[in-house]
Amino acid sequence: MSGERLSEDQAAPGSPADGTAEPGPSPAGGSGRGGRTGGTRSGRRTLTEGQRSERRLALLLCAPAALVMIAVTGWPIIYSVWLSLQRYDLRFPADQEFVGLANYVEVLTSSYWWTSFGVTLLITVVSVAIELVLGMALALIMHRTIVGRGLVRTSALVPYGIVTVVAAFSWRYAWTPDTGYLANLFAPGSAPLTDQASALAIITLAEVWKTTPFMALLLMAGLALVPDDLLKAASMDGAGPWQRFIKVMVPVMKPAILVALLFRTLDAFRIFDNIYVLTSGAQDTSSVSILANTNLIQALNLGIGSTMSVLIFLSVALIAFVFVKLFGTAAPGSDTEGRR
Amino acid sequence: MAAFGGTDTRARKLRWSLLNTLVVVYALVPVLWIMSLSFKTPATLNDGNFIPREWTLENYRSILSTTEFLRALLNSIGIALIATAIAVVLGTMAAYAIARLQFPGKRLLVGVSLLIAMFPQISLVSPLFEIERTLGLFDTWPGLILPYITFSLPLAIYTLSAFFREIPWELEKAAKMDGATPGQAFLKVIAPLAAPGVFTTAILVFIFCWNDFLFALTLTSTERSRTVPVALSFFTGDSQFQDPTGSISAAAVVITVPIIVAVLFFQRRIVAGLTSGAVKG
Amino acid sequence: MSDIVLDRVTKRYPDGALAVQEVNIEIADGEFIILVGPSGCGKSTTLNMIAGLEDITSGELRIDGTVVNDRAPKDRDIAMVFQSYALYPHLSVRENMAFPLRLAKLDTATIDRKVNEAARILDLTQHLDRRPSNLSGGQRQRVAMGRAIVRNPKAFLMDEPLSNLDAKLRVQMRTSVSRLQKQLGTTTVYVTHDQTEAMTLGDRVVVMRGGVVQQIGAPQHLYEHPANLFVAGFIGSPAMNFVPAAVADGGLATALGEIRLTDRLRRAMERADAPREVILGIRPEHFEDASLVDDRMRAEGDVFTGLVDVVESMGSDKYVYYALDEKARSAELEELAADSGSSDVPASEGQLVTRLSAVSPVREGDHHEVWFDLGKVQLFDPSTGRNLTLEA
Repeated sequence: MSGERLSEDQAAPGSPADGTAEPGPSPAGGSGRGGRTGGTRSGRRTLTEGQRSERRLALLLCAPAALVMIAVTGWPIIYSVWLSLQRYDLRFPADQEFVGLANYVEVLTSSYWWTSFGVTLLITVVSVAIELVLGMALALIMHRTIVGRGLVRTSALVPYGIVTVVAAFSWRYAWTPDTGYLANLFAPGSAPLTDQASALAIITLAEVWKTTPFMALLLMAGLALVPDDLLKAASMDGAGPWQRFIKVMVPVMKPAILVALLFRTLDAFRIFDNIYVLTSGAQDTSSVSILANTNLIQALNLGIGSTMSVLIFLSVALIAFVFVKLFGTAAPGSDTEGRR
Repeated sequence: MAAFGGTDTRARKLRWSLLNTLVVVYALVPVLWIMSLSFKTPATLNDGNFIPREWTLENYRSILSTTEFLRALLNSIGIALIATAIAVVLGTMAAYAIARLQFPGKRLLVGVSLLIAMFPQISLVSPLFEIERTLGLFDTWPGLILPYITFSLPLAIYTLSAFFREIPWELEKAAKMDGATPGQAFLKVIAPLAAPGVFTTAILVFIFCWNDFLFALTLTSTERSRTVPVALSFFTGDSQFQDPTGSISAAAVVITVPIIVAVLFFQRRIVAGLTSGAVKG
Repeated sequence: MSDIVLDRVTKRYPDGALAVQEVNIEIADGEFIILVGPSGCGKSTTLNMIAGLEDITSGELRIDGTVVNDRAPKDRDIAMVFQSYALYPHLSVRENMAFPLRLAKLDTATIDRKVNEAARILDLTQHLDRRPSNLSGGQRQRVAMGRAIVRNPKAFLMDEPLSNLDAKLRVQMRTSVSRLQKQLGTTTVYVTHDQTEAMTLGDRVVVMRGGVVQQIGAPQHLYEHPANLFVAGFIGSPAMNFVPAAVADGGLATALGEIRLTDRLRRAMERADAPREVILGIRPEHFEDASLVDDRMRAEGDVFTGLVDVVESMGSDKYVYYALDEKARSAELEELAADSGSSDVPASEGQLVTRLSAVSPVREGDHHEVWFDLGKVQLFDPSTGRNLTLEA
């Protein structure tokens, strides 16, 4: 590149020439992009000044975001692993010492941990399953309704936007004996939040209510990818509404469904706010996040708390791994070129 | 649908209206319930009626007269706004690079932010608690702003890079042919087109920060930086608040109203932002 | 208004790919020149280099005698019309057209006058306050043209400006682009992959292939005297027929039968050191129904009898397709087939397309006799593609 173009490239982000051999109607067109990427890869040694400055600019633009993300997550994760290998109770700071895997042994042999783990898994599986069904219904309604589309979409966004703690309080009061309309309606004379089974059901209800719209929005994005012509072709081929849904829409939407499931499963696994407000983890309704928080902040036992943190992190990584490897979930944005 | 007769269309409309009503009821009942509680008088608070029998503004008057709530509200607004501003600026820069420039490490950056989006936040609580205590960030605004920026950056980057990909970059060439310098091309052509995407992202990030409970609960200890969701959960029936239900409800409504207003006005943008970030990301 | 000279202009990408190789074109002041070729031939890259949107690897670009290689687009004083029109969606039609003038810091009164004038010429006056998204394709195209002409630049560059329009509108806009260019007399470089646009619009046409200029000349010249197989196949619609031919004693053995060598063809063969194999090219319009040809014409041509595969009646003429046993093969022909998409149609045998008079009684399934004009037959070297019949 000539000297003048170089200085332009540095002056503003807008100028790198779109170096495709044959710029088509859109500069982001698949073939042009691909050719260009190939060029960048194989031409590592023969970078022009322009490309070098494009890289410099890109790294400069990405650096702040990358630094913040790494500083706030990368180092603490390592630190957390280190803490998990210590006996470290803030009430007895003098007793801090390296204990190897003793904390892990203690946590993994504790019935509290396994109860919480079971509760978390149960809530995760049940709520995500319900959300998938409800979310799909909601997505279809939002996508296909012939009247009041704006109204439906706006109201569906309310649960998404509302503060979880606020929603949790609404559910808590609704199920509080005497105060709540739901308690009086469905369980007069009892206290549903003080019994494990009904408390878990209410926690799941609160979780489902809050996150179904998000699921629905992700699924709606998938629905938009199903071409109308495909559905028309299917009905010409003799498929009824249900068959069209199962045999045409679901397979086409599969990538979107898997992404939605992955997001929601990982999100549900870290459930905290709802349980904290609804039961505070009483009657064996703690999730792993609640349990870790109790050990950390209330008991001030950093060693045990960190051990739980690490275990939760590993569980989440395992879930993500299973989704990506077993179901072939395409992580959104993981590949900017030649996706699908 | 020319094939359908008038009555048939009316029946279809009725069916859809019914379904829509169901959705609206589903979405709004819990919100209306907490509003109803916030308007109840202490005497009727525990009557279990969905609609208050006696209306009062006493709950609002009482929370707005305590520093406990007002300070938390100030903290919530300040922290969320600052975190949103920084996250959007950093996210815009990174998203522009991802959508528009070729550079090594692009996939790594996208991968890392995806990891953070899925990260269990509780796993960061213990080390952050300890690190922030050491650095003196514990129970301060920056102590919350930092994790908020971190966890909203992935959202910002996805949403924005999806928006940026939609911008027809040929316009930039056209502007240059029309005699614009690269700076002018960016300011007069690209920036106005990117603005809606940036605005949408800001709303989503703000909702995220406004909603956070876990970090606010564990990384603060006093009124100095405690946000409303946490302050809410600490309202107890002590001397000042005999029965906190009314106060909690009123406070809950106060922090819910801005979100509902945003949703009302920007429904289209929020939907576009969430769906584009999710699929095209 | 100015002349533009490309002097051995070359574009090489960092990975070594050569997009444009040593292009020499001298564009006269006021000339309308067309760059045409299949996609990937380097025509758009060439245009972008003239615009300043891509760098020139080597060679010189001169506008009005001044080397402008290192000048930014804004300092070259040329306007461009894009395939997607690239209208600013957030600006009204008036603001779109005023955009370059605002950047040039003209005063408001002048801007208004110029925009109104351009709008009048392009019949956009009643749309001035609308947004591009509310316009039809043809209107958007005119706004893009308007944005280019308001500045009264030294030259217009047009990158397939009509290819997003539907067929009928494209023909209309084609004539109005041509009229506008003549009216304004501005030097214009126009890129297209459509040979019809190339033939109808330009003063001269530059045919490109693989980054190399194949031939430069007036449309009629390219049509009558293509330099090689590629140009011959690219210019003309329907395309020229190509059949393999082998030299046999005193004539050529082809799928059209034994063809006698006229003096012209004999000279061509001699110039090329009498190769054994050639490719014979003849355009569909140089055929006629043998029953409609008088004796004088018959003497200047030859006849071929074949099985009629398909007859397409266009009203004014009939296109008659014959199946042939053999198909001419060469790299250039394959590239042409790939570009037109015909390589996707499975066909191992050759096909002969003829355009006959509408009164011809030909019917599908007939064995029908057609006459062809030996004076129009072209011979090509299969290995180099060179036109052997081209007189030096």
